[in-house]
Amino acid sequence: MKHNLILRVVSKFLIPLIFLFALYVQFHGDFGPGGGFQAGVIFSAAIILYALVFGVDTAKQVIPPYILRLLASLGVLIYAGTGVAGLLLGGNYLDYNVLAKTYLAGQHLGILVVELGVGITVMSVMLIIFFAFAERGRPE
Amino acid sequence: MEFTVSHYNYWLVIIIMMAGFYTVISRGNLVKKIAGLNIFQVSVFLLYISIGNVREGAAPIIEKGISLYSNPLPHVLILTAIVVGVATTALGLALVVRIKEAYGTIEEDDIHNQDQSL
Amino acid sequence: MIETVVDITLLSLIAIHAIAIIRVRSLFAVIMLFGGFSFLSAGLFVVMDAGDVAFTEAAVGAGISTVLMLATLALTYAPAVHKEEKAPRHKPWLPLSVVVITCGMLIYGTWDLPGYGDANAPVHKHVAPYYLEKSLSETGVPNVVTAILASYRGFDTLGEVTVIFTAGIAVLLLIGGRRRKEKVTGQPNET
Repeated sequence: MKHNLILRVVSKFLIPLIFLFALYVQFHGDFGPGGGFQAGVIFSAAIILYALVFGVDTAKQVIPPYILRLLASLGVLIYAGTGVAGLLLGGNYLDYNVLAKTYLAGQHLGILVVELGVGITVMSVMLIIFFAFAERGRPE
Repeated sequence: MEFTVSHYNYWLVIIIMMAGFYTVISRGNLVKKIAGLNIFQVSVFLLYISIGNVREGAAPIIEKGISLYSNPLPHVLILTAIVVGVATTALGLALVVRIKEAYGTIEEDDIHNQDQSL
Repeated sequence: MIETVVDITLLSLIAIHAIAIIRVRSLFAVIMLFGGFSFLSAGLFVVMDAGDVAFTEAAVGAGISTVLMLATLALTYAPAVHKEEKAPRHKPWLPLSVVVITCGMLIYGTWDLPGYGDANAPVHKHVAPYYLEKSLSETGVPNVVTAILASYRGFDTLGEVTVIFTAGIAVLLLIGGRRRKEKVTGQPNET
């Protein structure tokens, strides 16, 4: 793929736009279609495109695998941690009403944080799976 | 006639479901089996979403001036189901790769013969 | 009227894709047909007013699943061998009869289902009106699907994220390391 000029130029133009769209889908999921899962998959699709055009080794320099493993656990921790935060502030597990001054603000904050955790985990797991498949065929 | 018009959706979806089912049980190649399983899953999703649809209704995003919405509950269930489906597909494909490394083939008959000749 | 036509067209195209996947022998063509199948079903979801579901199905089915199947094809076939499925050896009568019986039972089961798009179906009467009326005032989020996913049914989503995480760990365990170089003759090796 190193010698294919059109692919390299077009993907250099498209990949930042795909990242931007993924961020839009993640945080605008409250007001339109979208949310954590879709944003995580779109984000990982951008990095998979980068890996296909520029090589898996270059993509691994952009996001090292140990950071991916960290991010996958971080997402689940954020989600479960929001539940525990509800417990510590006096409500039930995963009760968003107690997270802020008013019920409405608490619910909105809780939904935002939880969708962020979901998006982070989905993105890193899709990338972990892709890198595992891509690296298996190359001999040591 | 009225009955056919209101139920043809379900019958077409069931035909797609049976196509996926037939691929799983009659073809021997493991990658094709996983593709057939995915076809089966997607047709089940189509069935659920078509049950929740309301004619002349809008997508379930609350907006001023719209009073009839589609049912949001099947959407929630199917969203979870799609993501879990891709997780199991990835796991199945990883198993296919390991089977290929252990047996040298991904045709079901050859794997069976190798197992029986051990 | 136009919606019915679009519905029938999309469903027939999807059915043609599914039947073609059974008949076609070349595995690369099967994976490409699967990508097209996924994309068309995402279009059908849009026609049925399911925006979030169409989004997820297009991204996950036509994107990630197809890429992973192509990667599996690359890993399981040596370049010299033709990427085709072996000719089926058994007669198809038993699977065909099982499929026909199951199809008959399922179609018999749809006899009692309410008509497509009926607004008075029992499924729209109990929990769904509560969510549609109360979700904006209780959670402040206009997208009802996100409100149900993240707030009303938050436990299910926690389980789902855990399932995704577990699948990632399992794939890492199975094929995480580099494979030791083996001869292309297909001798099994221990890893």
